[in-house]
Amino acid sequence: MTLRTRWRYLVNNVMLALTGFCTLLTISILFFILGYLVWNGFTSLDLAFFTELPKSPGEAGGGMANAILGSFMMVGLATVIGVPIGFLGGVYLAEYDGGWLPPVVRYTADLLNGIPSIVLGIVAWNLLVVPMKTFSAWAGSVALSLILIPIVVRSTEQFLRAVPNSLREGALALGANKATATLTVVVPAARRGILTGIILGVARIAGETAPLLFTSLNNQFWATSPNQPTASLPVMIFTHAISPYDDWHRQAWAAGLVLLAFVLIANMTARFVVSRNAS
Amino acid sequence: MQPKVSSMSSPSFPTKMHIEPHSSGAANTPTSKEAKMRAANLNFFYGSFQALYDIDLEIQANRITALIGPSGCGKSTFLRTLNRINETIRGTRYTGEVLLDGVDVKSQDVTALRRRVGMVFQKSNPFPKTIFDNIAYGPKVNGMTSKQDLEVTVEKSLRRAALWEEVKDKLQKPASALSGGQQQRLCIARAMAVDPEVLLLDEPCSALDPIATLKIEELLFSIKDQTTIVIVTHNMQQAARVADNTGFFMLGKLVEFDRTEMIFRNPSKKETEDYVTGRFG
Ligand SMILES: Nc1ncnc2c1ncn2[C@@H]1O[C@H](COP(=O)(O)OP(=O)(O)O)[C@@H](O)[C@H]1O
Ligand SMILES: [Mg+2]
Repeated sequence: MTLRTRWRYLVNNVMLALTGFCTLLTISILFFILGYLVWNGFTSLDLAFFTELPKSPGEAGGGMANAILGSFMMVGLATVIGVPIGFLGGVYLAEYDGGWLPPVVRYTADLLNGIPSIVLGIVAWNLLVVPMKTFSAWAGSVALSLILIPIVVRSTEQFLRAVPNSLREGALALGANKATATLTVVVPAARRGILTGIILGVARIAGETAPLLFTSLNNQFWATSPNQPTASLPVMIFTHAISPYDDWHRQAWAAGLVLLAFVLIANMTARFVVSRNAS
Repeated sequence: MQPKVSSMSSPSFPTKMHIEPHSSGAANTPTSKEAKMRAANLNFFYGSFQALYDIDLEIQANRITALIGPSGCGKSTFLRTLNRINETIRGTRYTGEVLLDGVDVKSQDVTALRRRVGMVFQKSNPFPKTIFDNIAYGPKVNGMTSKQDLEVTVEKSLRRAALWEEVKDKLQKPASALSGGQQQRLCIARAMAVDPEVLLLDEPCSALDPIATLKIEELLFSIKDQTTIVIVTHNMQQAARVADNTGFFMLGKLVEFDRTEMIFRNPSKKETEDYVTGRFG
């Protein structure tokens, strides 16, 4: 072996070791976080967490039932607001491309996707909290839907573009007009992919904290209508984690685990839907 | 063989249009009395690229017209101007006229036109739906709603496509479960379900084995009495077997158009002779 070849082998091995080490580091950090969360969260989880309201500061016990419900309500409302807009936007970009407007919409959606979520919270605060003179689930939902819309737009567009053109032509050749062909042939052909994009988008907004901080704020009690400040799991985690009380820290871990479980379930559902699509 | 259901009253379409041929006009020259469709002075462009040059061609009613020629010569482009499906491609345009029963297709409602002029594509394109829903699609989008009418139409169409016996027990199965040849016959049945006056087929057998091909050719013969057929094929034996008239395209031009036996036995152009005798293409 010449010196040069040896040198090459050495460099190769060093690089391999280095990349392997970095990969291992990344994965182990992830598993450390997951493990730590599961360990602390699981030992802190009890039935009361799901059924009871938070106790007053410093007092032990209680749960986050109102925050679980609040999260479901706001994510649900955001889905109802954001999915139709995002879906129709995606259909527009994929099926009615041409002219100057679609590229502008596409670029805007990508920009919106890149805007820090706290900024979207400020927007919703200005749009809703200020005129309504109260923090509310509505404002929180709108802030979340602003995150959801561009995600759904782009994923819907992408999956519609993957539908073979022969299906569009087949429907048009039978006398269907463009809208009918789109809704009865093209969209159904892409429905699993579209659904997957929606689920992933919903999972993403379920964990958002920043846009809720000054829109839905928080609430120690049940919100009786969406016009009131409303508790949510991410904000609960935030307020409990920065509090000085040990029992609140415990509950923050529990809330983190529950939130993670929701997001994981949503992600797995999406993967399952996609894999069924492939077969 | 006469399909059993053909005696049943045929369901009617609300959108069905009966356009009478023009009583006058350039299209009705004495020789074109039975022209179902006609292209006159047709020049077709994809953007700045001209794909067809000055095509003049008559498609006779209840005849099979074959279009042959080397690949890329514009056969598909021509076929796709007949039902205006080319206009879904951005940047396309044409000059000249395409007439259906003497009426310019440009002046007609495009969905009504496409119901009268059906199309079968080179690669079978069943919708990701059940066999039943594939066939029922055309009638449904054209306004047929009664479940019973739809069932009658589906059965009738599948029988006309000689597919009924093979699929009658699995109408609710996805169309993708059928073989390649069955899928293409399904697409023909789907096109037939709206009772088109003209059926355009773009190399419908190019992906099929000889037996499946034969079945489709028999099918064309059996529907010919009710339907005017235009078929693009790169298979010269197929053109010779099925077609009454044959047009030979080359480089975007219609080189020769005549009765099929003339094209194959006694072509008047040298290019045609070279092509049909296999010296070219
Ligand atoms: N969508 C398109 N855009 C641009 N050019 C096209 C398109 N489709 C076909 N062409 C061109 O038009 C010519 C005729 O094509 P086509 O009608 O498909 O030929 P054929 O069916 O005889 O093989 C070819 O040169 C082809 O490259
Ligand atoms: Mg072709």
